[in-house]
Amino acid sequence: MTRRRPEFTHENLLRELTPQVLGAVIRRFGDFGAAEDGVQEALLAASLQWPQEGLPENPRGWLIQVAARRVTDHLRSESARRRRETVAATDPSQSMPPASIGVPSLAAFLSREEGRTADSTEPDDTLVLLFMCCHPSLTSSSAVALTLRAVGGLTTAEIARAFLVPESTMAQRISRAKQTIKSSGVPFGMPTRDERAERLTAVLHVLYLIFNEGYTSSFGRSVQRTELSSEAIRLGRALHQLLPDESEVAGLLALMLLTDARRPARTGPDGELIPLDKQDRSLWDEAEIKEGVTLISATLSTGAIGPYQLQAAIAAVHDEARTSHDTDWPQILALYGLLKRMSDNPMVALNHAIAVGMVHGPRAGLDLLKALDEDERLAGHYRIDAVRAHLLERAGDLDAAVEHYRAAADRTTSIPERDYLLTQAARLAARRGSQ
Amino acid sequence: MKFMLMMNAPSGNGDWGVSKWPPEDLKAHIGFMKTFTGGLAASGELVGAEGLAMPAQARLVRAGKDRRPITDGVFPESKEFLAGYWIVDVDSPERAYQIAAEASAAPGKGGAPLNMPIEVREVMSAPPVEV
Repeated sequence: MTRRRPEFTHENLLRELTPQVLGAVIRRFGDFGAAEDGVQEALLAASLQWPQEGLPENPRGWLIQVAARRVTDHLRSESARRRRETVAATDPSQSMPPASIGVPSLAAFLSREEGRTADSTEPDDTLVLLFMCCHPSLTSSSAVALTLRAVGGLTTAEIARAFLVPESTMAQRISRAKQTIKSSGVPFGMPTRDERAERLTAVLHVLYLIFNEGYTSSFGRSVQRTELSSEAIRLGRALHQLLPDESEVAGLLALMLLTDARRPARTGPDGELIPLDKQDRSLWDEAEIKEGVTLISATLSTGAIGPYQLQAAIAAVHDEARTSHDTDWPQILALYGLLKRMSDNPMVALNHAIAVGMVHGPRAGLDLLKALDEDERLAGHYRIDAVRAHLLERAGDLDAAVEHYRAAADRTTSIPERDYLLTQAARLAARRGSQ
Repeated sequence: MKFMLMMNAPSGNGDWGVSKWPPEDLKAHIGFMKTFTGGLAASGELVGAEGLAMPAQARLVRAGKDRRPITDGVFPESKEFLAGYWIVDVDSPERAYQIAAEASAAPGKGGAPLNMPIEVREVMSAPPVEV
């Protein structure tokens, strides 16, 4: 299967060029918000004109030229407005936005652009933009939206559809995010050496959020949402190309590929959730599995180990098992052991308990859950009931299993998950022969 | 004109307590709800629909004197709770009632129609054009 390797289309080209064009325009004008608006308008113009008139000789230069013209127009009308507002009391040049000072040299700038060969791009701009859009001063929902627009090249309407919110809501969220970046004074450039690790973690987190949003909710009615997963993978690939030595970047990309590979088997004909051990593994995407396994194997043998790599390694163990019985649970248990030592995350501890249950029997898993009952971060979380129900079922305690499946169904906030848990409870109750 | 159709499910363990239905009845009910909402989307009448999480975690919130939230709950004894809603855009109240009746007749235990109450309320709109 090659569906993840997009063939050449105007749309793919535009999405790929977006961060490069945006980077060039920001460099030129220094105003992220205005540059971003200008680039969106240029992308729109290109998507209308190119299919009609054919691809320009230098698509990147074309986009930069159109975007720069829009930004210039915008800044001119803006400064004219300000001049009117500030009356003639002060020197009018002082009310000019600083970014418009260099505008007359636009022609010189553009001729410099034309001198470039088609492949002498500035890939680093993609990286700089990612760092900028995933800045810690933004909330995660704002960072996600801004990344998809400024780096991913999606339109506001597309992002709004993917998140099932009205377009005006998403437009406002993006506009506020740009305002936050502007007022926080983040310079357009790479983070300092001291900040770099922390900022890269934030970028990876945002990409993973985009992926999960598409993956966990790609049920039935919301087909477009799967595009979010593909987009996260595309951005992950780009990031990995730019930072091939960052092992956690490779780890995240592998994790997304290995998880996404199972997506076709995760939903049944009626849109119902199918758990890993019941999936038809012939539906898994072999190309993605191969790519993910190759990537994580190469990474684990070289770089510093991190949580994304370990999760990718666990996903790889699942994906390499031909049937659920063939799953190498001892290896998964060992990997969860490492992961648990690395991060104080109760969800990791919960998954560790599942692995213990698979290797040492359900009672051993249930013993570990008792310790987790004390963890306030998990208190009342449906997952702990769901895991307990599953282990109780395997231990043969059907009454208690039914009770915990029902408790989990009462608490989950996902409809497919609730339907699945209720069905489990109903199935066991029927087997038990009482209500 | 837009209407909100609110599905009010009684809490407790009566015949409507979906968690105690046999698997095939549960499946039929879930399938009905999917087809029903899908049909409204296909006919161009669906504005929005959401299912709400079970009321176990519901809280009532008021602002205290310092404007900080004061929460109250859980309410296990509540007689009924809002389980979900649809907002539809239709030509007449009658059409909204018809849609509500279809939802009301969703299959329950043993496949029998639930006939659950659906509250239908018109959504406020912009002022009319001056004549």
